[in-house]
Amino acid sequence: MPRIGVFVCQCGNNIASTVDTKKVAGEMSKLPGVVFTCDYKFMCSSPGQEMLKQAIKENKLDGVIVSACSPHMHEKTFRKASEAAGLNPYQCEITNIREQCSWVHHDKTRATGTVKSIDLTRMTIERLKRNKPLKKIKIPVRKKALVIGGGIAGIQAALDIAEGGRDVILVEKEPSIGGNMARLSETFPTMDCSQCILTPKMVEAELNERITLYTYSEVEKVDGYIGNFTVQIRRKSKYVDEDRCTGCGECIEKCPFKVESQFELNLTKRKVIYTPFPQSVPNVPVIDAPNCPKIQKDKCGACAIACGPKCIDFKMQDKIVTEEVGAIVVATGYQLMPNERFGEYGYGRIKDVISGMQFERLASSSGPTGGEIRRPSDGKVPQSVVFIQCVGSRDEKKGVSYCSKVCCMYTAKHTMLYSHKVHGGQAYVFYMDIRSGGKRYEEFVRKAIEHDNAMYLRGRVSRVYEKDGRVVVQGADTLSGSQVEIEADMVVLATAIVSREGADTLAQRLGIGYDKDKFYNEYHPKLRPVETVTAGIFLAGTCMGPMDIPESVAQGSAAASKVLALFSADEMAREPITSVVNRATCNACWDCLTACPYSAIERESVKDRQGNIVRWLAKVNEGVCQGCGVCVAACRSKSIDLRGYTDEQVYAAINAF
Amino acid sequence: MKIPYYPGCTLNTVAKHFDASARDAAVSMGFEMEELAQWNCCGATFPLTPDNLIGLTAPAKVLSNARKAGDTLTTLCSVCYNVLKRTNKVMKDSKEKRAVVNGFIEEEYDGSLNIIHYLEVLRDRVGFVKVKEAVKRPLKGVKAGCYYGCMLLRPFEDIGIDNAERPTVFEDLLRALGAEVVDFPNKIECCGAHLAMNNEDVVVRLSGNVMTSAVGMGAELIVTSCPLCQYNLEKSQPKVSERTAGYAGVPIAYFTQILGLALGQPVEGLGFEKNATDIMPLLQKKGIV
Repeated sequence: MPRIGVFVCQCGNNIASTVDTKKVAGEMSKLPGVVFTCDYKFMCSSPGQEMLKQAIKENKLDGVIVSACSPHMHEKTFRKASEAAGLNPYQCEITNIREQCSWVHHDKTRATGTVKSIDLTRMTIERLKRNKPLKKIKIPVRKKALVIGGGIAGIQAALDIAEGGRDVILVEKEPSIGGNMARLSETFPTMDCSQCILTPKMVEAELNERITLYTYSEVEKVDGYIGNFTVQIRRKSKYVDEDRCTGCGECIEKCPFKVESQFELNLTKRKVIYTPFPQSVPNVPVIDAPNCPKIQKDKCGACAIACGPKCIDFKMQDKIVTEEVGAIVVATGYQLMPNERFGEYGYGRIKDVISGMQFERLASSSGPTGGEIRRPSDGKVPQSVVFIQCVGSRDEKKGVSYCSKVCCMYTAKHTMLYSHKVHGGQAYVFYMDIRSGGKRYEEFVRKAIEHDNAMYLRGRVSRVYEKDGRVVVQGADTLSGSQVEIEADMVVLATAIVSREGADTLAQRLGIGYDKDKFYNEYHPKLRPVETVTAGIFLAGTCMGPMDIPESVAQGSAAASKVLALFSADEMAREPITSVVNRATCNACWDCLTACPYSAIERESVKDRQGNIVRWLAKVNEGVCQGCGVCVAACRSKSIDLRGYTDEQVYAAINAF
Repeated sequence: MKIPYYPGCTLNTVAKHFDASARDAAVSMGFEMEELAQWNCCGATFPLTPDNLIGLTAPAKVLSNARKAGDTLTTLCSVCYNVLKRTNKVMKDSKEKRAVVNGFIEEEYDGSLNIIHYLEVLRDRVGFVKVKEAVKRPLKGVKAGCYYGCMLLRPFEDIGIDNAERPTVFEDLLRALGAEVVDFPNKIECCGAHLAMNNEDVVVRLSGNVMTSAVGMGAELIVTSCPLCQYNLEKSQPKVSERTAGYAGVPIAYFTQILGLALGQPVEGLGFEKNATDIMPLLQKKGIV
């Protein structure tokens, strides 16, 4: 006969106002197997827990039920207390009589709540009687991390993990780390130069012994689970031997072919063998194979002749490297929505309509104009510039529903940069609302308006067209209720931030969730902001949604601290609430395998003595299983059960109702 | 190829030359515009209040009749096109509204008609490449401004003939006819539309902006696709010339007239004399006639 104790919590008046806890306890004491009952004001308090421990010891209880709040609140608390009293922690079960009972019933006579609490507790008793003591699952942890994406968030995460004494692999798709931040001129609200604060971090990442840099590389395949991931990385051929290259730049000098520079957003050209920008890390050029006549048609080869250490190899192939890691930080960043989508603004048709990112390059001292604001069509210094905000943002019809968050700030910054560089130039800004939430952000925008005389017009632009070498902007000024027409020399569009192309493919490869805009989902938007539903995979930066540099850096550090916490022990303990396959009855139909949202089901072969496969079985990877129970429902032969919630237990609970 | 055709009231009265030139051009392009046996006015305005269903009954009746003639319906007038296409969408998408309207007109129309503009027939069924091959009198040296107006393009989700902010279908046609196309900022702005009835000043201002902006960009000819645009532009022209220094007017013609001209049809049959502006000096200057 089991020896069960039932503890009914009053939760101050939270439960007691609609549930007669004394009566619940009394009713429970009549049930077979229940040897101890009581009710108390606050079970979770220190005296409450002491009472629980003492009762377990004194009455030699082998199972405990606390009828109180949701198990989300205090299951851990009571299981810990039970364990301290010598009970297997999984022999402690919670009945939710607060959120699902007392809070939703308003019967002041307490009849409804009391009856329901009695029913719920009785059900739990029947379930508990069929519990088996469980043990936490121990998983070994490989103490090496992978960071995908070498922008500021990824660099920060890699540096912090390395500083915590763990090895990191930093994978970057482009030939250099740095990401979008490397393109920016100055940063709001302090106006420090982006390159000046970023490049030291890039160099630090390159020189840190614990960080292995894989640039021009992409993650191809991810297998395994928390603590034990196996990752395949494609290292695209650079056609330059990284180890021997001295970064002298002779090859770039001698290359006779030029193509549009993606880093400079087509504002200027670069050579076919190139580094994206002068401060690239690593400072190793790559050959743009589709545009290289040597690789395509075996003509030229000037770079190889110029190369002193002879490190150019036109026959170099892509390499696949396999790495074993314990945790993954995804920091793949963002891209900008194509402006061509908005025909009314004339981008792509009118040369002097540029994007905000292109303006960053014009304002950057390492940019195509050396930091002078000159318009693309004829190189003249524009005497007036119109900035259009919310190009695609907050526009469900033609763009995206969300606010891109940083545009109000960088547009204010652009007007300042413009007025500092072109004295007497007039900046106009068309805006919907000015969203400047952040430390010193509002003051920054006020400064642009009051000190640098940017003319802010609240309204949308309907049309942009060329006239006599100028760009005419027609729009509405909703504050004065009039239509305005501005003849400007240049127009700058604050384009919406969108998720990276291929973000969904990578998410599927990693088994993490994403939203309708293909931004990655955090586990909990408030309380677990850098974790994903897949244990061991963390997020940082704009792959989750628009954010600015300080936020991205904070998230990089947050993800790193999560990784370091995971790496702090040799083994990781996991909750044993996982599914288990009945090997005798499983007929390998694989319905569970397709149903499992976490890819926790594997195919296991059964071999005879000669090594021939005689049978297949489904096998649950306990390191990955989240105990959701989907496979249990999917299994047609009822061969899967969920520990702690077996069919037997659930049916017993229902029968007790 | 025979395509069921809805001319609409205007093309049956004041814009007969728009209708005739389109039918003739169709024949030279190898298809026939087969007028519906029975049709009524489209209502000329799409009701903008969602519960004003009575405004949908006239166009729904047209659609219901047309469905009996085939699965496609073509039309020329921008207003008819707009009203019919939007009504069709309501009949297709809204079960409740469809039931009410069908009950009223005593029909069982389900919104399954495919409504295409004459320009779409040329672009998607004939193809501009074929149009180009059929040109016998290329409009060499004619700088044409293509005036879309609003009804042909918007609202984009309901109409979708082309990119509503940066359309090219009209220009592509004119280029196929050998003309030089002039891009001008007001090509998709409103002409003033029905305000012609009660507020002429607004019409003169808006139509004036269209014409002066086209001429400012170098247009020698404005091509239209809508009888109301054509009317407003023609009607405003004298006042605009009066009010705008240095503006001497510009010929305005339906695109089907220009199409017929390029396809080599007799100039006399194109109805240019019915336009308020005289295109002949321009055509003579360019050596086309």
